[in-house]
Amino acid sequence: MIDAKIPAGDLADKWNNYKDSSKLINPANRKKLDIIVVGTGLAGSSCAATLAEQGYNVKSFCFQDSARRAHSVAAQGGVNAAKNYKNDGDSVYRMFYDTIKGGDFRSREANVYRLAECSLALIDQAVAQGVPFAREYGGYLNNRSFGGVQVSRTFYARGQTGQQLMIGAYQALMRQVSAGKVKTYTRHEMLDLVLIDGKARGIIARNLETGEIERHVANAVVLATGGYGKVYYLSTLAMGCNSSAIWRAHKKGAFMSGVSWIQFHPTCLPQIGETQSKLTLMSESLRNDGRIWVPKKAGDERVPNDIPEEERDYYLERRYPTFGNLSPRDISSRAAKERIDAGCGVGPMKNAVCLDFSKAIREQGRDKIEEKYGNLFRMYDKINGVDAYKEPMLISPAAHFTMGGLWVDYDLMTTIPGLFALGEANFSDHGANRLGANSLLQSCVDGYFIAPYTIPNYLSGELKAEKVTTDHPAFIDAENNVREQLNRFLNLKGHLSADHFHKTLGKLLYDKCGLSRTRKSLEEAIVEIRSLKKSFDHELKITGDEGVNSELEKAGRVSDFLELGELMCHDALQREESCGAHFREEYQTPDGEAVRNDKDFCYVSAWEWKGEAVEPELHKEPLVFETVKLTVRSYK
Amino acid sequence: MKLYLKVWRQEHRDSKGGMISYEVDGISEHMSFLEMLDLLNERLIQKGERVIEFDHDCREGICGACGMMINGRAHGPLTGTTTCQLHMRSFNDGETVYIEPFRATAFPVLRDLKIDRSAFDHIIQSGGYISASTGQAPESNSIPIAHEVTEAAFDAAACIGCGACVATCKNSSAALFTSAKISHLVLLPQGKLESADRVVSMVNQMDTEGFGHCSNTEACEVECPQEISVLHIGRMNYEYNKALALRK
Repeated sequence: MIDAKIPAGDLADKWNNYKDSSKLINPANRKKLDIIVVGTGLAGSSCAATLAEQGYNVKSFCFQDSARRAHSVAAQGGVNAAKNYKNDGDSVYRMFYDTIKGGDFRSREANVYRLAECSLALIDQAVAQGVPFAREYGGYLNNRSFGGVQVSRTFYARGQTGQQLMIGAYQALMRQVSAGKVKTYTRHEMLDLVLIDGKARGIIARNLETGEIERHVANAVVLATGGYGKVYYLSTLAMGCNSSAIWRAHKKGAFMSGVSWIQFHPTCLPQIGETQSKLTLMSESLRNDGRIWVPKKAGDERVPNDIPEEERDYYLERRYPTFGNLSPRDISSRAAKERIDAGCGVGPMKNAVCLDFSKAIREQGRDKIEEKYGNLFRMYDKINGVDAYKEPMLISPAAHFTMGGLWVDYDLMTTIPGLFALGEANFSDHGANRLGANSLLQSCVDGYFIAPYTIPNYLSGELKAEKVTTDHPAFIDAENNVREQLNRFLNLKGHLSADHFHKTLGKLLYDKCGLSRTRKSLEEAIVEIRSLKKSFDHELKITGDEGVNSELEKAGRVSDFLELGELMCHDALQREESCGAHFREEYQTPDGEAVRNDKDFCYVSAWEWKGEAVEPELHKEPLVFETVKLTVRSYK
Repeated sequence: MKLYLKVWRQEHRDSKGGMISYEVDGISEHMSFLEMLDLLNERLIQKGERVIEFDHDCREGICGACGMMINGRAHGPLTGTTTCQLHMRSFNDGETVYIEPFRATAFPVLRDLKIDRSAFDHIIQSGGYISASTGQAPESNSIPIAHEVTEAAFDAAACIGCGACVATCKNSSAALFTSAKISHLVLLPQGKLESADRVVSMVNQMDTEGFGHCSNTEACEVECPQEISVLHIGRMNYEYNKALALRK
């Protein structure tokens, strides 16, 4: 059985107990230890910078041309913290409870409590770095509400909270580069993990400019490589987002958890054509003032503004009167899909719902709405050529955030000693559904406040470990495997592009392992994905050489997505309940609400790789609730 | 619609490049400019040719990765827009479109439209930060900051580091990029303490990287996708001169 190593003590004392008893390393010895951090988003940059401040030698890798471009920049709405600045009843415990409940009771109490606890220090840290959070006229920090909660605990910087936090973390990282404690490797992609004596001791990376394959050795490896929602091709993610680092670590022995728990964001721009590459996210904060509706009548061909008030169905306000338009994401997305499937969708492909600001503009005035969401309205106009001050936005659910990822213990260490996973790359804090504005929080908290305690705790045992160099046979083997795969891609004589396979896989997953799933759809998907993988292995066509070659980069990523997609289906198939974002149609109430099964499924599924097209092996980590009582999650 | 493209193709940093012509039909006005290039690349793969390399990532205008000169303008014909947010409805059927990389001595071309912008990282490394290590921060509401001050700092901090300002400047100056960072940090009480050393160091680093002097044409503001104001350059000059005058 796998052990999460939760510290002893009352819930509120666990993290302090851990910090009080974790092992330390004296400053002189820190200089002797090297740490590789892959990924430079909020989790990666903050972790690399903080470890460097402590005195460790850090190598930081990213595939982008600058650390600042990691996809954390795209988070718009905000970051949660239990500061209770609004004096509206917030507290660490309440934030913990909202998050556990929001995750449909499928996350660890201890991890979630720590997340809420560390949220306080994060806001302090970000403000000290110069993050320009919104302020009231008196000069104090402002807050707004996000889905799934009844207090205002979301700090924000217009619609660019992720970008501004990212700039803070990036600048902290650049400061350490200039101090000589961090060396950055931009335009580098990790292609394998190197294990020596069962421990993570380095990576193989490809220089994306020169094509050179490089070996890098360290005493610990941190993966902060983000989520894999791009497996669906059409998603809110950046084009380069991928699962390759975590997937290759998985194939080296790190378990994966919650793999099929993917959040579909309810407020994205709908698909309008076949050549589309992206479903742009419109911040959830819009739901503070926008009302969501569809025509009451199926197949209504009128444009939204021509549909009179009494013929509109404000279905979230109708079904969930307490939370209304601020219902959590999984529930809002499913409710949208339900109406779209019922034929009430709007827009040219009938695949969208209306997000209407007319009431808010009438009550607050256009200026106020413009101040709050101006950049989002501008973005909407740019993409669609439509003025959303005058007619409703058309929105639709899209693949967004992966609650799943590498299994980690309380130390954020994977099942491979010395391999840590931070931020969206791990599975830990959000259970089966993430609440809005908890993603920025988790990546920052993992990187600034947790890993800088837990990694030294591990490294203290490594000071006396045998020195290894990149000449070790494990490095040579790993490098050879990487070269072999790249050569195979370049020499395939097929006729289909990597994008073709990616789009086919994405559509298949949307249909069969998307917002809702059934046993039948998942079993079909597994067969189809295996056959798609076979076709990929023979019919792929890559042009160009081993230098700068975006097609070669895509090929490796799509190959990994195909294997990961299959695991997602196994995970969704095995879990015969509905919880959070995982909605199995067989398990629902007559009025369409999810039915969780705590008797049989109150555990974390941790999957072990057993080989290509072989059933993965399931390990279970029971979820023990000492503080909260498991209840039916209701927002009605 | 159908477009006639002239695209800059270059093998390596040191090789000689040139404009190559392509005809692309079947373009929908709803496509983004980059999706139009995806379409062309898909067809190049079918023909067994190497694809056109270009930088792009978020495709929602915030990461700053994309950027090319389109008909001689950084990020194309619209203002306040990155290349990824430019849609084909801004072009006419049958039009000829010239596509080139952002050009500057400090931004060498890697291949086709991909360039090396690490010079921007070096400028930030030279002082574009507030020295606040993790753990040192005081309670966040302990220093009130006026609403207008935060908003002004945000306006400067909104820079996405795409390099359009450099590409459009006839002197390839990085003054807008650098001054936006200086403004962002000097406006906030947290950033004031280091302001003198920061501005001197960052301005010197601009020169080291091979960027030219500000040309005072204000072309950068016109092409900036975040509409960063040239007034920041004025502030940078003021801060720089103040730092030199007060230097002990």
